[in-house]
Amino acid sequence: MNASAPTVVAEIEIPISERGPSPRKVIIGYGFWLFLLSDIIVFSALFAAYAVLSGRTAGGPGGVQLFHRHAVLVETGCLLLSSFACAMMSLAIELRRRGWMVAGALATFALGAAFLVLELSEFGAMIARGAGPDRSAFLSAFFALVGMHGLHVSIGLAWLVSMVAQVFTLGWRPMVIGRLACFGLFWHALDIVWIGVFTIVYLGAR
Amino acid sequence: MDERELRQEQSGDSETPGESPDWKSGLVKPLMGLAASIVLTLASFWAAGTPLVWGPGVPVLLAALAIGQMGVHLVFFLHVSSGPEGTNTILALAFGVFVVALVVFGSLVIMANLDAGMASCGMHGPPCG
Repeated sequence: MNASAPTVVAEIEIPISERGPSPRKVIIGYGFWLFLLSDIIVFSALFAAYAVLSGRTAGGPGGVQLFHRHAVLVETGCLLLSSFACAMMSLAIELRRRGWMVAGALATFALGAAFLVLELSEFGAMIARGAGPDRSAFLSAFFALVGMHGLHVSIGLAWLVSMVAQVFTLGWRPMVIGRLACFGLFWHALDIVWIGVFTIVYLGAR
Repeated sequence: MDERELRQEQSGDSETPGESPDWKSGLVKPLMGLAASIVLTLASFWAAGTPLVWGPGVPVLLAALAIGQMGVHLVFFLHVSSGPEGTNTILALAFGVFVVALVVFGSLVIMANLDAGMASCGMHGPPCG
């Protein structure tokens, strides 16, 4: 206690440029944040393609005929709750409670998987009625954008399984904690992309 | 001995539990984020289907709600803050937003321009090519 009080005072007085390297947690978070931003820039190219091509239905079905808002609302709810479960998992990790961490991971996984199942059944129904990615430029752009998000969610689910396995085999090592923090950032960033998807693709369809 | 303890304290920052040492204080942010994003999501879906909002105003309202919800996610879930440790994060975010806006609006403007050029050549305009 005595040792920590002067450190706090010193941190306020020393300018940020002279405090030496940041804590490991901050550096890992920053590096992964840069990756996430570049990933979001990849998505922005797909968003731009969709925005340009959304009217090019080539005589095929348009968004209004294809999309079901209630299904999208349920999908959004799954992702939101999954994000919340992931935040709970991060909290359990802060407290080093393995049981709660596994419970949070299970909830995160189940809700993410439910989202994927709903999305894939939506894709399946569209392809079954002849509205696959080969039908029109609009549908190509739609499947590229929404499919890319779905692919990210699947990768996230695989990553989550591997993180739970690492917590059980390696324990609470700094390395594992850092990876778990990165997973949390990844999962929340996917939600931000989904906000763009449901606003522009599903609600913006006219 | 003193020096060793100090070094342990400095290097051990990632091993000691961080800012939220108990459930209650750690729960506040995610719960607030969840509540705010549920409200904003329902508002978006309501705005998209309601006859109460003037038609051409709906996309603007949807955009505002989406940007608000992204902000909620950034603050409550991604813990982006304006604190001293967050300066670099904010700068990177600002650059990311700039590039995204450039890609999306640039593509829209260029493609609309090309589209207009395509329509006016040939039959009703100057010869193509």
